[in-house]
Amino acid sequence: MKAKGSVFKYGDNVDTDVIIPARYLNDSNPAALASHCMEDIDATFPQRVKQGDIMVANKNFGCGSSREHAPIAIKASGISCVIAETFARIFYRNAINIGLPILECPQAAKAISEGDEVEIDFTTGKITNLKSNETYQAEPFPAFMQDLMAVGGLVERTRKKLGVA
Amino acid sequence: MGMTMTQKILAAHAGLESVTAGQLIEARLDLVLGNDVTTPVAIKEFAKIGVDKVFDKSKIAIVPDHFTPNKDILSAEHCKQVREFAHKYEVENYFEVGEMGIEHCLIPEKGLAVPGDAIIGADSHTCTYGALGAFSTGVGSTDMACAMAAGETWFKVPPALKFELVGKPAKWVSGKDIILHIIGMIGVDGALYKSMEYCGDGLQHLSMDDRFCIANMAIEAGAKNGIFPVDEKTRAYVKEHATRAGTEYTADPDAEYEATYTIDLSKLRPTVAFPHLPENTKTIDDVGSIKLDQVVIGSCTNGRIEDMRMAAGILRGKKVAKGLRVLIFPGTQNISLQMIDEGLMQDFIKAGAVVSPATCGPCLGGHMGILAKGERALATTNRNFVGRMGSPESEVYLSSPAVAAASALTGFITDPEKI
Repeated sequence: MKAKGSVFKYGDNVDTDVIIPARYLNDSNPAALASHCMEDIDATFPQRVKQGDIMVANKNFGCGSSREHAPIAIKASGISCVIAETFARIFYRNAINIGLPILECPQAAKAISEGDEVEIDFTTGKITNLKSNETYQAEPFPAFMQDLMAVGGLVERTRKKLGVA
Repeated sequence: MGMTMTQKILAAHAGLESVTAGQLIEARLDLVLGNDVTTPVAIKEFAKIGVDKVFDKSKIAIVPDHFTPNKDILSAEHCKQVREFAHKYEVENYFEVGEMGIEHCLIPEKGLAVPGDAIIGADSHTCTYGALGAFSTGVGSTDMACAMAAGETWFKVPPALKFELVGKPAKWVSGKDIILHIIGMIGVDGALYKSMEYCGDGLQHLSMDDRFCIANMAIEAGAKNGIFPVDEKTRAYVKEHATRAGTEYTADPDAEYEATYTIDLSKLRPTVAFPHLPENTKTIDDVGSIKLDQVVIGSCTNGRIEDMRMAAGILRGKKVAKGLRVLIFPGTQNISLQMIDEGLMQDFIKAGAVVSPATCGPCLGGHMGILAKGERALATTNRNFVGRMGSPESEVYLSSPAVAAASALTGFITDPEKI
C-alpha cells in the first residue's frame, strides 16, 4: 500500500485542541469535524487540503485531550498519513484504532518541508521526498500493532475475541 | 528484576507473575469511564462490535460533564444518546445532572476507584486516580467501546520516572505548584509513554486533594499515568468513600527507573504556566505585570473542597477587582453542598465571584466562560493551549487556587503572600 501527496508541515506539540477545537465537539460527524480541522493554527487548512495529502510534524503530535475526534477529523480531511518525530500516546492508540495511518520517523519529520511532495510505502516504511529525492526509513510497527491492523482494527479484534465475528 | 508500582498492578490484572517495560499485555479492567463528548463516539463503535450486553454493568461509569447542563441542541442530542445507552445497557454508574460532577472529582468521591485498580477512561485526565494508588489512564472512544464489551484492553507496560518528594512545602505552595514545577522541569513530553511514580517523605505533607491534582496533570507531561503509594491518608479517604478497600501495591526496592528526580518541596515557589504550554512555567516572583480579564477556579484539577477553602479564605470579606470576571467551578454537587455548609458560597458571592454548577465548561472552551479575542484568563485548570478557553487569540495562564484567588482581588497575577 502506498500514499502520495503534498505536505502540510507543523511544529512541536501539536495538541488535539488545535487539531479540533472543543467548541466543535458538540458534533461527532466526521465531515463536520473535518471542516474545522487545524483551523486555530492554520485557518485555511480545511479549504486547501486534498485527498491523499500528508501531514508532517515534529515531536509529541496529538498531545492533550483524548478526543478521538482529532484523528477522525484528520482522516476525514483526506490526509493519507501523519508522519511525526513522536506521537502522544493516546493519539497513537486512537489513530491505530480508527485506521489513520501514522509513522514515527524523526529524520523525515526534520527534513520534510511544507509543500513538498512525499511518497510513502507502508509495506517497507520507506518515505521518499520527491522534491529533494531523499529517502527516510520509518520505525516499523511492533508485531502486536501490525496484527491489530491486519485483522481490521480494535473493533474487529474484539469481535473475534468475543466470538461474535 | 523488580517491578514498579504500575508494573505490579498491570501484572496482576494480566494474570502474570511479572511484566517488564515495553511488554504488550492484555489486562482486566476494574472500571471503564466515559463522558458526554467521548461516549457518543464509543456508542457507535460499540454497536459495530455486535454484543448485546456490556461486560459488567457495575464496572462502567458514564458522566455527562463536558457540555452539561446541555449547552446547545447538538450537545443535548449527544447527552440523550448517552442517557439512552446507559439505560438500555443498565449501566449502574450513570450520573445525571443533579447527581453528577466533573468526572475526575466524582469517581473517587463515589468510591469507584480504589488502590490497586486498573482503570481506563475516554478522557485524558483519567490518570487522576493514580492518587489512590490505582493504575489509571486515558484512552479514546474506540478503546472505551471495546473495553465496555470485553472488560479488558491492551497496554504496553510503561517504563517509569521516579519523583522523590522531600521536605515540607511553604504556606502558599500546593499540589498544583508541585506538578507545574515538574512539568516545567521535564517538559510536556518529558514523561511520554511513561509512569510518573511518586515517593519520599514529602508525601506526608500532601493531602489527597494535592495528590489528585498532581496525578491529574501527569498527562500534561505526556505520561501514561502518575501514581502515589498508599498511606494512612489514602486509606482514610477510601474508607470514607468506598465499599472496597482495594489492594495495596508497593514498588520493589530494585524496580527500574529511567530517571530519578529529587524535589525539595520546601524550596518550591507558587508557580504559573504561561501560554501556550503547561511547560512554560515561571515562579510567582518572575511573572511580572500580567493584567487579567477572567479568573477561573475549579475543574478536575482544582475543583475539590480544599481548593474551594483556599480560594474562599483569600476572598473572604474582600471584593474582586473591578471589571474582572471571577468564575468558581466546584467539582461535584457534594462539594457545592460542603461549600454551603462551610459558608464558602457566601464568601465567593459576596466577593463578587459567580459560582457555577459542576461542569468542565470553561476549561476546554466549551461554555460558561469563553474568552474573546485578545482576552486573558488565569485558571486553575490544566491546559493553556492555543484557543483552549475560547478565541485562538486569547491567552490562558495556569496556577494554583491560592494564586488565582489573590489575582482575583488585584486583577493582575499576584503572589498570595502579598494580599
